[in-house]
Amino acid sequence: MPIETSIEPHACAPETPNVTKSTFVARDVDVFYGDKQALFGIDLDVPASGVTSLIGPSGCGKSTFLRCLNRMNDTIDGCQVSGKILLDGDDIYDNQVDVVYLRARVGMVFQKPNPFPKSIYDNVAYGPRIHGIASSKSELDDMVKHSLEKAGLWDEVVDRLDQPGTGLSGGQQQRLCIARAIAVQPEVILMDEPCSALDPIATARIEDLMGELREQFTIVIVTHSMQQAARVSQRTAFFHLGELIEVGATSDIFTNPVEQRTQDYITGRIG
Amino acid sequence: MEHKHIVREFDEELKKLDNLIAELGGLAERQLADAVDSLIRRDADRAQEIAAADKRLDELEREIDELGIDIMIRRQPMASDLRIVIAALKTSSILERIGDYAKNIAKRTIALSQMPAIGSVRSVQRMADRAQTQIKVALDAYLHRDVELAKDVRNRDQEIDSMHTSLFRELLTYMMEDPRNITACTHLLFISKNLERIGDHATTIAENLMFLIHGTIPDDPRPKNDAAHYTVVDKNDVVSTASHIAENEETQ
Repeated sequence: MPIETSIEPHACAPETPNVTKSTFVARDVDVFYGDKQALFGIDLDVPASGVTSLIGPSGCGKSTFLRCLNRMNDTIDGCQVSGKILLDGDDIYDNQVDVVYLRARVGMVFQKPNPFPKSIYDNVAYGPRIHGIASSKSELDDMVKHSLEKAGLWDEVVDRLDQPGTGLSGGQQQRLCIARAIAVQPEVILMDEPCSALDPIATARIEDLMGELREQFTIVIVTHSMQQAARVSQRTAFFHLGELIEVGATSDIFTNPVEQRTQDYITGRIG
Repeated sequence: MEHKHIVREFDEELKKLDNLIAELGGLAERQLADAVDSLIRRDADRAQEIAAADKRLDELEREIDELGIDIMIRRQPMASDLRIVIAALKTSSILERIGDYAKNIAKRTIALSQMPAIGSVRSVQRMADRAQTQIKVALDAYLHRDVELAKDVRNRDQEIDSMHTSLFRELLTYMMEDPRNITACTHLLFISKNLERIGDHATTIAENLMFLIHGTIPDDPRPKNDAAHYTVVDKNDVVSTASHIAENEETQ
């Protein structure tokens, strides 16, 4: 039976007026770490373009939910996920799903930049190589250049592509990781607090980049900074104690949230 | 019930915003009451003092602006906190404006006190009483976060509008009776218009409170009854209001 999605066109910010379908549809998602339940019956749709931010206090389950979207939780012992998560209609927890292919479709950028101990070029070329995306060296060169350009890093590294990625500044490393994610031509980019280790200038560069990338990719970001969520996203979901409390247009969530718990959290009140 | 902020100082700052609004509102009310009282008593000296006292309202408005901006910079308020700051900034500017109207009434009182008295000042006083009540109730609604009271303010503004229309007509007849009345009547007309605008401002304060609570202001047009701008004197010197036009007037 087809699952109905709940995203109404009016629920999106004006920048994304034509969103009519969801990239992700999550229904009744429970997550357990051993005996401890981390998520309780999450129903959440992620629109097919634009940025969706997940906010909430530490331990609320927002990162757990994010990691469900490309099955990163599979790598954690004792983690069990139930419910349905569909990516463009396909159940990503189906036994037939190739998880490596899934993670190419749904890329991820982490809190701490984690470039491979390889050259800048090889960091970006790594994904296309293992997925066999490029058919020639020149095509691979083009992919590396295009990805670094998309990530806003090309001009800064063009004359040192053979130098180690770990030699870049923190902000540059994070953009290198974004270029690495883009290189395998994903549909979705998940970002888990991508700016928490960066200074304000590097943060602004990443946020500016997200503004451009959201035209082409679906972006889901977990952030502790509500100002960042307000700046970069068009939809915001608030998690608390493993439950999804409220989801809606970012402008509504931050000016006039419906739920008292959302209100208390975003205004810094004791609930 | 609204919970307290984790940062307690933030609660105190928002409370201070309300206290400043209460102080500014109280002063604006007092300025209006005193200005109209000096008008009735034809007390030019008192009127002079009232005009000079407007400075304090300007200072308070600046203080509220500075605190509001400071809160935005340091706390980056969200949701209801953001609405409290926005509503306070808008309301303080309105209260300062009401103070300006009171000052204007005081200045005209200085001029009027040098001319023969006109009976219409009693009508002005009734209108001023009504305007003062509207401001007082709007401020009470604002400071007690009482949406029902704010709705009353919004619905009762038309009483002041009607008083303005009828005073306009009354003053026209005085002017037609004796052109020597024209100067005084013109001053009173401006005073009447000031009071009518003060009524509108009270309604805006009520709407600010609705925004503060609900995040929106009512969609329906404000109830209005100001037909003075359609009032004419025909060739037989009969004063009339083109009521069919006034009734169809777009409300603001």
